[in-house]
Amino acid sequence: MLLVKGGRVIDPGSGRDEVGNVVIADGKVADFLPVGEAPGTFDGTVLDATGKWVLPGLIDMHVHLRDPGFEWKEDIRSGTAAAAAGGFTSVVCMANTSPVNDHPEVTRYIREKAASAGSANVFPVAALTRGQNGKEMTDFSELFEAGAIAFSDDGRPVRSPLVLRRALEYANAFDFLILEHAEDHELSGEGAANEGWTAHRLGIPGIPSAAEEIAIARDILLARLTGGRIHIQHISTKMGVDLLRMAKRAGIRVTGETAPHYFTLTDAAIEGYNTCAKMNPPLRGEEDRMAILEGIVDGTIDAIASDHAPHDEYTKRCEFVAASNGIIGLETSLPLSMALLAGGKVAPARLVDLLSATPARILGLKGKGTLRKGADGDVTIVDPEAEWEFRKSDVRSKSRNSPFFGWKMRGRAVAVLCRGRVTYSLLKGVTPDA
Amino acid sequence: MEGGATGEPPREGEVTPMEWRRKHVLGLADFSAEEIEFVIDTARSMEDVLTRDIKKVPALRGKTVVNLFFEASTRTRTSFEIAGKRLSADVVNFSSAVSSVAKGETLLDTAKNINAMMPSIIVMRHPVSGASQFLSRHVTCSVINAGDGSNEHPTQGLLDLYAIIKVKDKIKGLKISIIGDILHSRVARSNLHSLSRMGADLWLCGPGTLVPKEMVRFGATVTNDIREAVRDADVVMMLRIQLERQKTSYFPSLREYARNYGLNSEVFSLARKDAIIMHPGPINRGVELSDELADSSHSIILNQVESGVAIRMALLYLLAGGHNAAR
Repeated sequence: MLLVKGGRVIDPGSGRDEVGNVVIADGKVADFLPVGEAPGTFDGTVLDATGKWVLPGLIDMHVHLRDPGFEWKEDIRSGTAAAAAGGFTSVVCMANTSPVNDHPEVTRYIREKAASAGSANVFPVAALTRGQNGKEMTDFSELFEAGAIAFSDDGRPVRSPLVLRRALEYANAFDFLILEHAEDHELSGEGAANEGWTAHRLGIPGIPSAAEEIAIARDILLARLTGGRIHIQHISTKMGVDLLRMAKRAGIRVTGETAPHYFTLTDAAIEGYNTCAKMNPPLRGEEDRMAILEGIVDGTIDAIASDHAPHDEYTKRCEFVAASNGIIGLETSLPLSMALLAGGKVAPARLVDLLSATPARILGLKGKGTLRKGADGDVTIVDPEAEWEFRKSDVRSKSRNSPFFGWKMRGRAVAVLCRGRVTYSLLKGVTPDA
Repeated sequence: MEGGATGEPPREGEVTPMEWRRKHVLGLADFSAEEIEFVIDTARSMEDVLTRDIKKVPALRGKTVVNLFFEASTRTRTSFEIAGKRLSADVVNFSSAVSSVAKGETLLDTAKNINAMMPSIIVMRHPVSGASQFLSRHVTCSVINAGDGSNEHPTQGLLDLYAIIKVKDKIKGLKISIIGDILHSRVARSNLHSLSRMGADLWLCGPGTLVPKEMVRFGATVTNDIREAVRDADVVMMLRIQLERQKTSYFPSLREYARNYGLNSEVFSLARKDAIIMHPGPINRGVELSDELADSSHSIILNQVESGVAIRMALLYLLAGGHNAAR
């Protein structure tokens, strides 16, 4: 039994935003008691959340855990430890492992390792095509039974519109979700950074925004054609947001996420050939950044996901064009997202939508994304005032590829419960369960 | 004794006194006008050495200069080699037509190996943009960028500027048109930095595929019409069409390119009477530049090469601490 006492409970799923107490029993949310009704004595752990926010456990719907196959970059244990430290209780991991998660055995391996060694719930995404070859569909329903919650060739998007069409049509019968890394590889070519002033000045081959937008438009049109459900990953451009907005207005079943770096940084961050600011899609211009913010505010963008992409140092300690794409994000996603609150255009409840409630809904994760009675005991306790510096030495991930070291952050998770188990705690007298 | 007969260091008298604090020369993006002038002044005094009977001074005696070339180059490497030898440095050439990356060794490993041999200066050419900045962060010696991908070729930028000054006596106010493959050209980028800083009226011209519109932010005027670029120009700088850099087609054919963007007598007649023609070499004769113009009295292409040795001597000298030591 756990009692989270005296915090501001923000749970859009139950329409609640008030100070009170949350009781967790048997790994589930057992009760909500209004302020003043906290039990005098409590037989269990008490977490004093006075002055803190109590949120449904955060869900990062786009991470790479590198396990199996690239365990020197990250594994399920280190990746979920980073998730917990960043305030996340659930992560959704992509299929580009080695072997690729295109077979139920791989899916089961991930699920089982997460259950035994993980500090967060791990929901695997299976590959959409065998070996991410872009040609033959994987065995969707068998993978689903093994624990896969969606299908994606993330990073190696399906080139053929016909293959994607068939996949959407086939998946639709089961109401399976397809996640798309939207990129036209022909157009992005050998590009390594956003095509714009910075790349031109540095002599780095560019990736035009259109490489992403053409693919988003294609995906939307195929969703319309098939009636299938598609989710656009890591949207980084203005027109990408506009296309998503238009599609939603037209009633097409499409959702979209962005990542904190796309509303925090611009391509100016690659100055000096900074490989820790290299990712795909690339950091874009200021106009794009503003449009992403607008999309978050007006609800066009459904979710924030980190695209946590661990890479060992030597694949970043090299020439810019040769460097790997991606940055770690699990430990910075929440504080960077909390910076959105400063302007007043994003309310705390909306932030919970973006980081928990909506990902749970899009992915169909039952019992997640809310603190309703009976929901899973996944709770993130946040100190909205905490000021801290993100330091390389504090990173839980095995990799250190982040452009945010040395940044002064405001707001962080101070305790995390995953199915009633303490997975992370900075609170006095509360230690994580072994 | 090597160069002992006329072994005094280059004359300092004409050089504007200035503290030289730069350890590396990676690009002209952060060079101030004052620094550029200082290098040019130093190059002038180096040129005195080049006019002597014995073209050698002991300024860099006991210092090692490694020419680390990951891309084929004849003239730049030779120019650096001659510059180093005239200053009495030990010059070692390390050339690798295939990038070391292809051989499995990272640039970092190569750099650390060379660094362990304790050279004073590494001169590097590399096919990847930013490679020299990367190198400079991982070695203890000085680094001179002899061209990195499409980023910069600072010594070419400085020698071009020097060559123009020798003829025109100034940069400010001159209409200087750079014509050709701007997108892939490190020469263009270095020249854009230095010439704009010195107050030139810069024009960029080439096919739409090779001149990104964003280039206007360098303070240049962008046009796709060669006549507009050449009209009343003081300097016309033609760039080499780098077919080897182009993996996809940026224009229909060399014939079509020459027709629209090649400099010939007819187009050049639009320039000012005393206009000069430059080219960083090697020239594709008949493509970007007609045979006739390349050898005409307007061409200062060979003066560029000559200025190159003086500029490179100046930079080697300054980086080796010659200037500060002499004071």
